[in-house]
Amino acid sequence: MNEKEIIARRVALELKRGDLVNLGIGLPTMVANYLPSDAGISFQSENGIIGMSALPDPGLAGTDLTDAGGSPIGALPGACAFDSAMSFALIRGGHLDVTVLGGLQVDEEGQLANWMVPGKMVPGMGGAMDLVSGAKRVIVAMTHTAKGAPKIIRKCTLPLTSVRRVDLVVTEMAVIQPTEEGLVLLETAPGVTVDQVVAASEAKLLMPKVPGVMGIAA
Amino acid sequence: MSKVSSVAAAVEQIPDGAVLMIGGFMGAGTPPLLIDELVRQGKKNLTVIANDTARPGIGIGKLIDAGLVKKVIASHIGTNPQTQKLMIAGELEVDLVPQGTLAERVRAGGSGLGGVLTPTGVGTTAGEGKKTVELNGTTYLVEEAIKADIALISARSADYSGNLRYSLTSRNFNPLMALAAELVIAEPNEILPVGCIEPDAVVTPHVLVDVIVAKGAEK
Repeated sequence: MNEKEIIARRVALELKRGDLVNLGIGLPTMVANYLPSDAGISFQSENGIIGMSALPDPGLAGTDLTDAGGSPIGALPGACAFDSAMSFALIRGGHLDVTVLGGLQVDEEGQLANWMVPGKMVPGMGGAMDLVSGAKRVIVAMTHTAKGAPKIIRKCTLPLTSVRRVDLVVTEMAVIQPTEEGLVLLETAPGVTVDQVVAASEAKLLMPKVPGVMGIAA
Repeated sequence: MSKVSSVAAAVEQIPDGAVLMIGGFMGAGTPPLLIDELVRQGKKNLTVIANDTARPGIGIGKLIDAGLVKKVIASHIGTNPQTQKLMIAGELEVDLVPQGTLAERVRAGGSGLGGVLTPTGVGTTAGEGKKTVELNGTTYLVEEAIKADIALISARSADYSGNLRYSLTSRNFNPLMALAAELVIAEPNEILPVGCIEPDAVVTPHVLVDVIVAKGAEK
């Protein structure tokens, strides 16, 4: 199992029946692969649909049914389509239960930077700022380090996506919960020690309880 | 007077330097014939307000490729390396706006509102230089309404009066932009007799649409 798969399988355990969920492009999209088809979870794509499903059968891809990356998707019975104002009313207005996004940095205050690296990568924030500001629950799904450098750090050095504290960070090494007191190490991945997680993190990790072993969806 | 026009005649009404709103999300719901005709007629110094600039060779990416655009107001340009290259070289001005904020600024522009208050972007670079308002304990950014000279709209169907209905995720910014421009040019996949789109299915009322382009139209 590669690191992205571990992360996606762990995030899948966070989603509950009845949830409306937005998955970011890339790693977060993989989360849907590890949920049973009868999980009762609705997925929103911010370009204007609830009830999206995985890739359509060959030959059924249409130019009018796409995900936020512009790739063809399918739609389940009961799907609904709407314009961008409605889409973001759902996101900002307290109607979106969970957003799962990638991350570049998360700091001790639980703040996320995930939309630009000044001078290097300026893609634009797309929907990320609205999603992090507005979703009821924000889950960051990202690798623990980037080329060996910690991504869980004392204070974000990259431009913030929102000042809002995110709710959970899932990496291939650990599950971390940002709180008012700081970052709490909740779980370590199977085969990963607390010392290894601490060594791979720049931020201080709090352990009010002995961290458990990270669960992984089948 | 008929609203139906050839694509060429519709695009001839767009002057160099125009501020355009163009519907679409990564090319889905961007009017293809109008884009190709803008390139063919070589309109210059355009300002484009849109969600994104798609990819090179796709949708609004074609306008970037052809060097017709001087300014972009968008939420995302990450999928178009050409847009990023021109921005870094200083040849293209890019104003990045959070996607939900862009949608609401356009809606406000077409709805007689001066702007909107949003919590999105507070405390980030997106909020720099903007006024904030505190209401009931929450801080909001004041985001100004935005308008355009011309909106280029893609729809699934039009009737001859200009009523529009859309299809799935190609709806996106189109109905909002149809509100917010002086001249609204719609490119439907089909034009139907009046009455063939049931009133409840109409998303954009005909009074908003000035021009309907059709492939075979004489002028």
